[in-house]
Parts: sequence; structure tokens; C-alpha cells
Amino acid sequence: MPGIPSRHKSIFLLAGVVLLQILLLALQIKRDSEGRLIRVWTVGAFSPFERAGNHGIGHIRETWRHYFALQNASRENEQLRRENDELKMQVNQLQSKANEADRLALLLNFHKSHENVPMLGARVIATSAGTASATIMLDRGSKDHIKKNMGVITPEGVVGKIVEVYDNTSEVLLLTDKDSGVGAMLGNSRVQSPVGGAGEPLLVMKYVANDDVVNIGERVVTSGMDKIFPRDLPIGTITDIKAGNPFKSIRIRPSANLERLEEVIVLLTLQPLQMMNQETETAKPSAAKPSASVASKPVAETAKAPVSGAAAKPAQAPVAPAPVPAAANAASTVKPE
Amino acid sequence: MNDAFDIRNMESHIEVHKFRGGAIVGATLLALMFQAFVPVYFAKAAMIDLPLLITIYFGLSRRNPSTGLLLGMVIGLLQDSLSGPTVPLGLYGIAKTVIGYLASSIGARLDTEHPAARFALTVIFFGLHQGIVLLTRRILLAQSSVWFTIHLAAAAVVNAIVAVFLFALLDHLRKS
Repeated sequence: MPGIPSRHKSIFLLAGVVLLQILLLALQIKRDSEGRLIRVWTVGAFSPFERAGNHGIGHIRETWRHYFALQNASRENEQLRRENDELKMQVNQLQSKANEADRLALLLNFHKSHENVPMLGARVIATSAGTASATIMLDRGSKDHIKKNMGVITPEGVVGKIVEVYDNTSEVLLLTDKDSGVGAMLGNSRVQSPVGGAGEPLLVMKYVANDDVVNIGERVVTSGMDKIFPRDLPIGTITDIKAGNPFKSIRIRPSANLERLEEVIVLLTLQPLQMMNQETETAKPSAAKPSASVASKPVAETAKAPVSGAAAKPAQAPVAPAPVPAAANAASTVKPE
Repeated sequence: MNDAFDIRNMESHIEVHKFRGGAIVGATLLALMFQAFVPVYFAKAAMIDLPLLITIYFGLSRRNPSTGLLLGMVIGLLQDSLSGPTVPLGLYGIAKTVIGYLASSIGARLDTEHPAARFALTVIFFGLHQGIVLLTRRILLAQSSVWFTIHLAAAAVVNAIVAVFLFALLDHLRKS
């Protein structure tokens, strides 16, 4: 054996001879369950390399797939990001439309329950530019038969009244404006008193005597005495009562969300209105005005009941039929009288 | 370094024995025949591993690891062949190959002519031989075997005693 020291030749010979005999053994032995020993050894000898190779190839494939084969991933990622943004916008738009549909459905229900009252739906397109006043701008004007001092409401409650009318737009003074006011009465005791704004989110009821019983949480509704709003439209809920001299200081949270108005209803009449239905007829007599057949429930609640056309007192007919706002065509059909 | 050199010097002073023609072959065949046939009549004779003793003796005497391991391989494979189908070829072959190599290697370094040395070396080689056989059975053949029994210890002693006399007898086959 060239290259191997003579002292070690016998060791290599020993190793070779023993190895040969081991192979000889392996060729002869057949295990019951695993076949011939040489096969067992061969499989046992190769399987670690096969597993290692398989593992390594798997790693290589994963590495290739996750790192090197991602040349288009950036572009796809950008495209997916754009699509995601577009989908988010669509979701937002759909959500907005769904919310709008809900609001319009409320307006429609309200209108259907007050078919005898001429109404016009309008969209809020702007608000006052400063904090000195609380006004909103509507997308309806004189061309839509809107006139000054017409009442503006939502299904939830009173909003304000028209203070300026232009050809295609009109301006509404909100109840929260300090120059605003509406004829009101307490829902339970029927004590009447005007409600006005104070230049802040809460309204003020000024002329309730200290002797009158007023409770926090009591509803305040329109009295109809201002000739703008029909009776029993909800104005708000009493949140604070303080004794004064000679009148109590009562603060009211508006029923309508005056800070987030999007669609409103303009009452197309300058005549006193009565929004009556079956429930209002069966309501208990008012303590303040026994002759008035009004209900203590807000209009928004009674709106779900069928309208009793016989009980409704028709208002003076306004002008020509007003067109339906494009954005609220389903909820703001106009019915002139 | 000096120790290694001394060992070589010592090796050079150990006599390498040569045997008469056919002595190794004849002794091997006789040992195999004895191992194969005598236990048929004397069961206790199976305790004596004459092929192993022959391997040890010629390994210690020839003092050439290569010839020692080859001789051990041949003797072992022949013994396997004579051991029936239940013993695969290589079982004793591997063991006696290793023993032949070790005996030759040790014989090249030590004076193994003294009966006590032969007795001790035989006991050691017998035990080593049994260990290799058991390892082969356990690892390669998946056969269970006990590592140590009194019977094995007695067999080691008996084989060592037999070896002392056998080796003395075989010494007569050397060339003078």
C-alpha cells in the first residue's frame, strides 16, 4: 500500500478484513421485519443524507420562494395596497351611503306619518363660518318654495327656522343660536315657555316659575304657539334645573343632533300646523291647554303609527309643488296643500 | 520518542518463530475438526475453543499482525462454516480476525513464552473474543446475549489452562 507507513499497514488490513466480514454478515442476515441487513444498513446509511438533502432542498426552495423569487412581490404589493386603499374608500363610501339611507329612511317614515304636512327635504351644505352664530346652509331656496321663518326639523326634533332665503339655498338659524327661540312646553305638566339658544350646545328654558314641578329628564316639546312648528315636536330633554328669581333656570339637551346635521326637513307652510294621528287623539288632556288634543309622545315615536287624515288639520297651502332633492329624493317628497 | 525507539529495539530482539511446513494448516484443521466433532461425544468439550487457541498461539508466535489477522479470519470463517446455518459467516471471523491481530501485535512486543503470560493472555483474549462475538450478535444480528456468566469465566480459565499445555505442545512444531 503505497503512501501508508508500514507500521500502519496491518491496521488498515485489519479494518478492511473486518469490514469485509461485516458486509458478509450483512448479506446473510435477514431480519424479520426489515429485510436483509445489508438493505437495512444501506437504507439507514443513506436515509440521513436523504433527509438532510430533502431538508436542505426544502430550505433552498423556501429561501428561493421567499427571498429570491419575490422580484414581482414589490409590484404586486404595491398593486394590492392600491386595491386595498380603493376598497377601503369604497367601504367608507358604502358605509356613508348606508348611513345616509338610514337617515333618509327616517325622513321617509316621518313624512309618511305626516302626509298632511307639506315638507321638503333638504341637504345641509354648509355651516356658519364663525362661532358667533349657529346657522346652517341648505341646498334649497326660493325656487323650491322655501320662505323665511319656515320651520326646519328632523325626525328627532326641532332644528331651527329659515332666516335667509336665496334662489337655490337658504340659511337656517339653529335652536342653539343665542338669538333663536321656539314656543315650547313641558311634556308632562304642559307648562309653556319659550326655549332659546345660549350660544352653546344646551338650550335654555327661561320662564318656568319656581312653583311649577319640573323634573330632570322630562321632555320638552313644541307648543305650536310660535306659528312655525306644529305641536308636540320634540325639542329636547331637561338636563339641569336651578331655582331662580322669579323663574327657574332650565337647561335642555336638544333632541336633534344639531352639531351633525346632514339632511333636514323644511316645513313648507307659514300657517299653524297640527301633527296629529291616532295616538294624539287618544292622548291624555294637557294640563296647560286642556282643549288641545295632543299627545305626550314625540312625533318621532308617533310617526310609526298610521296617519289619521281626518284628525289632521290641513295647513294653508304653500306654493307650487317643490321638487324632490336629488340626494334625498326617496325621503323628501313634497306634498303641497 | 526514546521509549518508542527502545520498544523497536526490544522488538528486534524478540525471536520470530517459524514452523514446519503444513504445521499451521494442519494444526488449524485439527483444531476445527476437534471443535466440530468432539463436543458430539463430550458436551463439555464445547467449552474449549480450540480455533481461538490456535489463533492466539500462531499470532503470538508469528508476531506479524498481517498474517495473524489473516489467519484469524480464515480460522474464524471456517469455524462459522462449521457452526451450522444459524451462525452467519463472519461472526467468529470478525472476532478471530481481531484476536489474531492483537495477538500478533502483542507477541511482537512482549515475550509470550512463559506459561503464566500465555495463561493470562489467553484469559484476556478469550474474554475479548467473547465480547466481540456478543457485540456482533447484539449490534449486527440483533440477538440478545448476556455479557458475563460464571460459565464464561470458567470457560476462560479452562481455555487458559488448555492453552498452556497446547501452546507447549505446539512449540514442538517450530523450526529449531
